[in-house]
Amino acid sequence: MAAAPDSTDTGKPGGLIGWIDQRFPLTQLWKTQVAEYYAPKNFNFWYYFGVLATVILANQLVTGIYLTMSYKPSSAEAFSSVEYIMRDVDWGWLIRYMHSTGASAFFIAIYLHMFRSLLYGSHRKPRELLWIFGCVIFVLLMAEAFLGYVLPWGNMSYWGAQVIVSLFGSLPVIGGALVEWIRGDYVIADATLNRFFALHVAAVPLALVFLVIAHLMALHEVGSNNPDGIEIKNLKDSQGHPLDGIPFHPYYTVKDTMGIAAFLVVFCGVIFFAPAFGGLFLESPNFEPANPLQTPPHIAPVWYFTPYYAMLRAVPSLAGTQVWGVLVMGSAIVVLFFLPWLDRSPVKSIRYRGPIYKLALAIFSVSFIILGVCGLKPPTGIYPLLAKICTALYFAFFLLMPWYTRIDSVKPVPERVTGHA
Amino acid sequence: MSDQVDHRRRRLLTAATAGTGAIGMAFAAWPFLASWEPSARAKALGAPVSVDASKLEVGQSLKVAWRGQPVYVVRRPKTAIEQLGGHNDLLADPNSNNSLQPAYIKAKGDARALNPEFWVGLAVCTHLGCSPLGAFEPSNPTQLVGTDLGQGWPGGFYCPCHGSKFDISGRVFKSMPAPKNLTVPSYTLTGDALITIGVDAAAKTA
Repeated sequence: MAAAPDSTDTGKPGGLIGWIDQRFPLTQLWKTQVAEYYAPKNFNFWYYFGVLATVILANQLVTGIYLTMSYKPSSAEAFSSVEYIMRDVDWGWLIRYMHSTGASAFFIAIYLHMFRSLLYGSHRKPRELLWIFGCVIFVLLMAEAFLGYVLPWGNMSYWGAQVIVSLFGSLPVIGGALVEWIRGDYVIADATLNRFFALHVAAVPLALVFLVIAHLMALHEVGSNNPDGIEIKNLKDSQGHPLDGIPFHPYYTVKDTMGIAAFLVVFCGVIFFAPAFGGLFLESPNFEPANPLQTPPHIAPVWYFTPYYAMLRAVPSLAGTQVWGVLVMGSAIVVLFFLPWLDRSPVKSIRYRGPIYKLALAIFSVSFIILGVCGLKPPTGIYPLLAKICTALYFAFFLLMPWYTRIDSVKPVPERVTGHA
Repeated sequence: MSDQVDHRRRRLLTAATAGTGAIGMAFAAWPFLASWEPSARAKALGAPVSVDASKLEVGQSLKVAWRGQPVYVVRRPKTAIEQLGGHNDLLADPNSNNSLQPAYIKAKGDARALNPEFWVGLAVCTHLGCSPLGAFEPSNPTQLVGTDLGQGWPGGFYCPCHGSKFDISGRVFKSMPAPKNLTVPSYTLTGDALITIGVDAAAKTA
């Protein structure tokens, strides 16, 4: 009997795993990406939201696929097919509420995930591309949420689509033709709904999944940042592992599982007891069918768009065009992409930054929340003025950053991560 | 000679092939982009609509759908028509120079209507396309629930989405999100009150 040429003396697994490994890098992927991916040992609460966003993405994909099995993407049937899902399909209400609550949960997770970056400088060199992938994911997520919001074909779906699609109409010269091209009709109509469905269930989710993979690949290439904002790869032990790193599995798989469990308790609480969340997650005008002749008395987008919507409203038309509000709103997103280069502080983490950055971040956070409230309220009384002030503060945070981060005082950064070692 | 690789020639051929491929891709993309244009069926549904406005009471309005868009027909009280020129300095575009309407409507000045008693215009806000609400009673600041239109309100339209205000000829007030007056579609007037939207008025009816 001929001796087996390998598998015993190379230390590689035999059996089925060995068979697979010769044909696909299964063990190698497991080791490099999970079991021997060294993450800083001082992750705190803020480091839950990346994994939570991934869990919510999986929730959206699974529940979304099941919703398409009963939903009809036509202007004549869309609204009633959603009612059919809610009333006649076994457990249809649960699947739909998981999907609609998941949309809001997705934005909560993503906003906190991005805020973590502002706290600990996770966007700074060498993680600029990681941050940019994240920003593209954010933009796609907003597109996905908007497209999905149109599908139930309620009156708010219809008029929300009307407002957002009209944004493109404010562009000079090409605006009118562009809007007609997007709608596929002279108004928001069946053709619009049908193509939004195609984009929502196929095109955008595919792009999202690819970008999430790219985001994780970039993360595992450069390694995770941490609350101290120092590079753990600078100090390694004799085996080449970072001194302040621990393997992702089992340490962080266990920690993340606990975070996911806590999240699911809250998530299920909303699904079962407050799926509309007082009109914030599901708006009441959307419980009546789309009516092209009747705008709801007060149009507000879902809460996660309201900060940007408030900026759009805050800018008056000038020189016979209202493109300025659209440009301001667009710039509020575009400016995020430049964050890694706007921040000139010699340190990354807020723990070692001076009072100016802390104050700036506090003002920015409060402004963002006020903008969110303004976007929910009618454009009368104090709200237009508040929105104007907070829009200015939002942009000041980013555009003045190259100056105030440079003059800000800093504390000495330790060599090793701090906390319970 | 034959085993020598001409790298320059090879790069040129590769670039030429890639360039040709890119042009082919651009042409192949065209049908996909063009498939988003309004279909032949959507274009066919843009037929004119007729309304007999004589049944409207004074101060009332109705909305009809034309090309799927809402169109207002408002029967204006005499008092409202008489005070139309009185607030021109509050308007962003009192003479409708930057706004959309047929020339024969623009020629009618402040009334913006073939028959001053019936105003016809798209109920589509020029800001972002919401449908403005009618608030026709002058000097009644709170006629729309929860909305303070202010003292001295001359009567007109209010867009609930972003707060744009228009007068009763659909002309936008200054410093509003809406950049233009409400659009007046082409229409024909037969007699005093038979309005056909979507057909240009002949010069003799003006």
